[in-house]
Amino acid sequence: MIPLSWYLVLGALLFAIAVTGIFLNRKNLIVILMAVELMLLAVNTNFVAFAHYWGDPAGQVFVFFILTVAAAESAIGLAILVTLFRNLRSIRVDDLDSLKG
Amino acid sequence: MTPVLADFLASGTILLASALLVITARNPVHAALWLVLAFFSASCLWLLAYAEFLAVALVLVYVGAVMVLFLFVVMMLDINFERLRQGMWRNLPVALAVGGLMALQMFLVLGTGEFGAGQVVAPPAPAPGYSNTRELGLLLYTDYVYPFELAAVVLLVAIVAAIALTLRPRKASRYQDPAVQLAATKATRLRVLKVPPAAAPAPAEAPPAGEAPR
Repeated sequence: MIPLSWYLVLGALLFAIAVTGIFLNRKNLIVILMAVELMLLAVNTNFVAFAHYWGDPAGQVFVFFILTVAAAESAIGLAILVTLFRNLRSIRVDDLDSLKG
Repeated sequence: MTPVLADFLASGTILLASALLVITARNPVHAALWLVLAFFSASCLWLLAYAEFLAVALVLVYVGAVMVLFLFVVMMLDINFERLRQGMWRNLPVALAVGGLMALQMFLVLGTGEFGAGQVVAPPAPAPGYSNTRELGLLLYTDYVYPFELAAVVLLVAIVAAIALTLRPRKASRYQDPAVQLAATKATRLRVLKVPPAAAPAPAEAPPAGEAPR
């Protein structure tokens, strides 16, 4: 049987990779969104592992809701990105300074 | 090593490798495709934890819908990605420091000390005839029915928001606005001019010969 700690360590590594990716691709909105999806995947993996080992399917229900919210988040994020590109002709994070005084 | 452990190690390695390729890929289309592989490996891992419904839902919802959306957006917009990658590796030290520290902290908490094979007893394999989908459905439609409906509302709001953000009204289309029509008064539409009676009009000049009147 797979020990629970293997799942948790895998989730931790995946989360750390996603954080590193956000730092690396600081200017690229699309890759930042992808890294956020990776983070949610790491969290969901932990939920699934705990639901299995604790014998409580409520963890899986929680993953279901996280999937829903994550789908909504990426749809709205990409819509904002398209609008941004139409107005600025760029998606560089450094170019989004219209509110700067 | 049992086949289950080998499956876990293989899927986990592929998951971590594809995640690394997502954040370092030169071309965002490639990054999206590596992300598809990452989701697929994660769904294999979820299957190993007996979460069949969620594993299938992950492939259907993420690989089938969200990643296609990502690919659409990446390919639709004409983005200069080389400019976005300028100075990317300058951030590597701080990125590695923060990511490594987070990983280290989580190792300390989650490592084999508290959640190892000796501490957490592995659950027995499900009985024959057990259906993960049935169990999730029973929970979703009884205990979690209000959150379930709220999730539907969240999706509806997301649809409306995405359309409202990206919809461009066609400038050429003409339409009536009943409010403006009803608010119209005589003063806004009709202007009576006092035109003084003109003197006898000057005789019009005859057009030059040979030119057709227009």
